[in-house]
This record gives sequence, structure tokens and C-alpha cells, in this order.
Amino acid sequence: MTNVIEARNLTRRFGAFTAVDQVNLSIEEGDIFGFLGPNGSGKTTVIRMLCGLLRPSEGHATVLGNDVVRDSEAIKRSIGYMSQQFSLYNDLSVMENLKFYAGIYGIPWRERAKRIEEVIDIVGISPYRKQLALRLSGGWKQRLALACALIHRPRMMFLDEPTAGIDPVARRDLWNLLFDLAAQGVTFFVSTHYMDEAERCSHIGYIYFSRLIVCGTPNELKALPEVTPAGAVRLELRCARVPAAMRALNAFDYVLDATIFGDVVHVLAQEGSERRLEEDLACCGFPSATARPIPPTLEDVFVTLTRQREREAANV
Amino acid sequence: MFRGLGAIVYKETRHIIRDPKTLFLMLAIPGIELTIFGFAVNMDIQHIPTIVYNLDGRQESRRLLDAFVNSNYFDIVGYVNSDEEMYRTIVRGTARIAIKIPPDFSDKTLTAEPAQIQVLIDGSDSSSAMQALNVSNAIGLRTSVEILGRVLGIENGLPVDVRPRVLFNPDMRTTNFMVPGLVGIILQVVIMLLTTFAIVREKEQGTLEQLMVTPVSRLGLVLGKLIPFAVIGIAETVSVILLMRLLFQVPIAGSLALLAAFTMLFLVCTLGLGLLISTFTDNQIQALQFAFLVILPSVLLSGFIFPQETMPTPIYLFGQCVPVTYYIRILRGIILRDAGFADLWFEGAVLGGMGVALLALATLRFRKTLA
Repeated sequence: MTNVIEARNLTRRFGAFTAVDQVNLSIEEGDIFGFLGPNGSGKTTVIRMLCGLLRPSEGHATVLGNDVVRDSEAIKRSIGYMSQQFSLYNDLSVMENLKFYAGIYGIPWRERAKRIEEVIDIVGISPYRKQLALRLSGGWKQRLALACALIHRPRMMFLDEPTAGIDPVARRDLWNLLFDLAAQGVTFFVSTHYMDEAERCSHIGYIYFSRLIVCGTPNELKALPEVTPAGAVRLELRCARVPAAMRALNAFDYVLDATIFGDVVHVLAQEGSERRLEEDLACCGFPSATARPIPPTLEDVFVTLTRQREREAANV
Repeated sequence: MFRGLGAIVYKETRHIIRDPKTLFLMLAIPGIELTIFGFAVNMDIQHIPTIVYNLDGRQESRRLLDAFVNSNYFDIVGYVNSDEEMYRTIVRGTARIAIKIPPDFSDKTLTAEPAQIQVLIDGSDSSSAMQALNVSNAIGLRTSVEILGRVLGIENGLPVDVRPRVLFNPDMRTTNFMVPGLVGIILQVVIMLLTTFAIVREKEQGTLEQLMVTPVSRLGLVLGKLIPFAVIGIAETVSVILLMRLLFQVPIAGSLALLAAFTMLFLVCTLGLGLLISTFTDNQIQALQFAFLVILPSVLLSGFIFPQETMPTPIYLFGQCVPVTYYIRILRGIILRDAGFADLWFEGAVLGGMGVALLALATLRFRKTLA
């Protein structure tokens, strides 16, 4: 079984600026591939190249076995795409938008009405079918966009930050929808900033300054040696007055990194320093501090990797 | 090849129906513009305000002034008593023309000696200045001839008598000449801008990017966008021609069918131009700026206002690249001169050729990829 997406040394330059640099990717059928990275790091450019919207400057890629340059029209017939901003017609109703896309994808007349009802059911937008797209809330707009992108039963879906700016409930609902569709064999390529969404993906890629730094399942990434260096341990520290404790922590030489997560601090420290940490904090006026080892979160993974890259860049 | 054409036409039609205000404006504005400009564009310059500085005051000088007034081109709005006052009146703009008659005018004309009268013309409005210059020369010449005739005793008229007869538009109404041209200009501007905006708006809103990842064909997308506007263009043409006929009373001498056929060719050019502009621009502001590159030559170089024959060669050639140049010739030919296909086939062929070339070029430039 070949991979749904294969990219080799995919590179795109805009003038002197390299937006995407030597990206290699393999995505298997049924994966939900989460694509993460800071703004401006090249996420959208990668998606646009894979959809056949932009030509790669170098390297090549195939989507569903079709080359992104030579067979871009074949790709367009079998993928669905949701861009970052809402890009359906605000002055058309839900139904009219769906009819339009059914026509664009050439759904045969006899099946058209039935297929439109199917996607309406999938995303549950039935109560709003006569509503102008303009009047839909952010979450419903995204569902309509998803419905339009699904109308031709694509095997591969590209979603560029589909949940940016919609409320948490709508976000959860949208993800549940994606899981349902993934269960039916649709492969997803989803870019996002949200770590909780990243945790739900089957595979993750992290792109930083045009380069794909890591790629793998969430557990593989958490186990990466760069994330928890040899001789170091990740600790969760519970204590009172977290921000003040954080300042005290930074003075200890065996603390490599510390980040606040709500009422706890995640600390990267030298191995075997748990007790010492508790004692030192007690001396500093935090008597009830308790530390226990924890696995890294995805946020730890990306923060650590990003800092490393920044340090490397600064040293060059 | 035409994949998605039907869907695009459906969508565009929906956009238009959804926005009745724009639809109304689309149909009404050409008519409103034609009405306003049709009345404004009148080059029959008459009744130019004139002042007189008459140092003679006798019968001969009054006869001369009567000749000026009777020409209908000059209205005497006042008399002045010094050169200074005469000059100031023109600077103030109260009068555009000043006629100064010297004290010995009557004496000299009676003895057929050369008598000089001075005509000051305000050149800041060049078209009325030109008119005043020509008419005052003609009046001088005719008065001289009368005097000579009297002195020489010729009574059977002049040795050479030119009897011009104006064919087509015998009253020389500028309306008849200008309004058909205006029809062409208005159609060009309105339809071109509508087409450009309809496409550029999709770029602005990001909906074009969404379309580009669908299997819609280029030709389907382009034609689907153009067909609804072609229909609107036809409706606009009909309304504007009706207005020309009924409100401005411009008779249509030639064949309506031929006019309709050539109008189709012109619409193809206009839609093609609109499409082409949209491929060069990313937003509506840019598109409007770009459109002026077409609009200004359409108005100034197409022969709509200024005769093309007098233009310097490079400018003349530039004017020949604007489709409306040919359409205005066709409009004036059919409406005023009853010209037939045999007379206008060249203009028609140029329009057809330009239309196909513009559409082809625009469709080729209209890529389904970004940047």
C-alpha cells in the first residue's frame, strides 16, 4: 500500500525568501496528520503545494499517487480543501453554496440532491439550509465549508487551521466529525496551533522556519531524546504562589527549564534532583512544594525543540 | 473543457439576484449617464458673451455689430469706454470676446480703404475661442466683399459661389454626432468594470482560491463569469439605444440587426478587456486604477470627442488599439449614414479579432495556480 502523501525535498521560494525548505513527508491512508508550527513558518505554503495551487521550486510530491505538478487536476478531483479564512459565498444560502459545489465537482444530476442531503446530515447543518452563509456563526460556517469540501466524497482532506477563531464546543464537535470521517477511510491533513488538537492527531509534523523539524506519532515525539536530554528529568511541581516560585526556580543551577501550566510548574531538571528541589524551595519560603516525574506534553516537545533551534540559529 | 460552466453561471446569477440594488444600478446608471452627458456634451457653441468698445458709433459700425449679433454666435453683454476696461472685463470672465471699432471705421469703409477692427478672444476656453475666431473672420470677409461689391458695382452675386450641402445630420446637431459615441463609451466603461470587479472581488474574498482547488476548468470558470454579464450588457445596450432614440431624438438611419450583430462583437471585446485587467490586479482599487488605462484613451483618443485624423501618428496608432474606436465608427456609420455591412466590415472584423484575442489572452493568463 503506497502512502497517500509522499513529499521529497519539497521546497518553495518566493524571490530570495525560502518559505518551505526541503520538506519530506509520508502520510498513510486514514491518518489524521496534524501540522504544527508558528505563524509564517510555511504551513499554508506546504498545503498549497500539495493541493496543486503552488508549484514547488524544488523537490516533488505525490498526493493519492498523482504528481502535484503534472497531475494537479487529478488531485483536485479527489481532494477536499478548507482554507484558513472562510471562502464560500456569503451572499448565497447554505443550500445554494452546496448546489454550486455539487455542480463544480460534476456530481451527476440524478445523485445531486441525494448527495447534498448526505453532507447536510454529516455536518448536521439541516436547520440552516435556507440561511445566508453571511448569517452563520463561525462554527457553522466551518461546517458548511466542510460540507462543501466533502460533496464529492474526497479521499483526502486538507484543512488549514479549521478551528481558528471558533468556540471550544464547536471545535470539539468539528474534531468528532473528523474522527467519524477518518474512520470511514478519509485521510486528513490539518494545520493547527492548538496543542489539545495536536494530541488528538494520529501523526504530527512540526515545521519551524520553513523546515520540518520532527514528524511522528505524539508518543514518538514525546520520547525524542532532544526533548528530555540524557541525565535530565521532567517534573511537575505543585506549590503555592506559582509565579514567585518560578522566579526562585530559575536561580537553581540544576534547573534547565521551567514553564508555568496553571497552578503547576513543569520543570526540566537534572536527574535525581526531585528531593533537592523540594528542599531548596522550602528554604526559599515554599514549604509545601512537591515534585513528581511526568512525561513531556506536546507543548513541552515543541517549546523545547523551538528553543533548541533558536539557540542553534543564534550560535551560527 | 467547459467543466463547471453551468455551476458558475448559476452562482453568478444568484449573486446578481441577491443584490437587487446593484442590478438596478447596473441597468440604470448607463441611462442616467447618457442623459446627463448627452445634454452636457454640446459643441454647438453659440451666444458667446461679448463686449464692445465702439469709438466710431456711426451707422457703418452699428451695421458691423449687427452682423456679429445676427450670426447668433455673439451676444453683446455690455459696452466699455477704454482699452483697460475692455481688457479687465475679459480677465474677469464676464465676456469672452471684445470687439474694438476704431474712430475712423465708417470713413474708411465708405472709401473702401482698409479699416481695422480689433477682436480680442479669451483663449482660456479653446473651443469657444476657435469658434469665435472663425466666425469673426467670416463676418469680416463677408462685410469686405459687400463693400467691394458696392464699390465695383457687382450686383449678380460673387464670382465663385460655394453652395455646401451637409449630407446626413443636415442640421449639424452635435447631439446626433455625440450621443451614439457616448453609447459606446458608456457601455465600454460600465461593462468592463463590472466584469473586472466580479472577478477581483473573488480574489479579495479568497473564494477564488477555493475554486482553484476544484476541478473547474479555466474556460468553464471564465465563460461562466462572462455570460451573465454579457446578458446584462445586452440589456444595457438596448436601454441606452432606446434612450438615444426617444429622449435625444436621434434617428437610426441604418439596420438595427447589423447594429445588434456588431454590438455583440464589441461586448466580447469589453468582457475580454475586463477579464484581462482582472488577471493583472489583486484588489478592486488596483483594478480601478488599471481600468483608467483603458477608459481615458477610450474617451480621448477614440474619435469620440477629437477627430483622430489630426492626432500625431503615435497617438493615432494608440487610439486604433482601443476597441471602442471601431465601435464608435460603427455606431455613427449605422445610425447616421445608413452604412451597411459592405461599408463597415473592416471595423467589424477588427472588433471580432480583438475580442477573440483578448479573451484568449485573458484565459491563458487566468491560471488555476497562485503566484
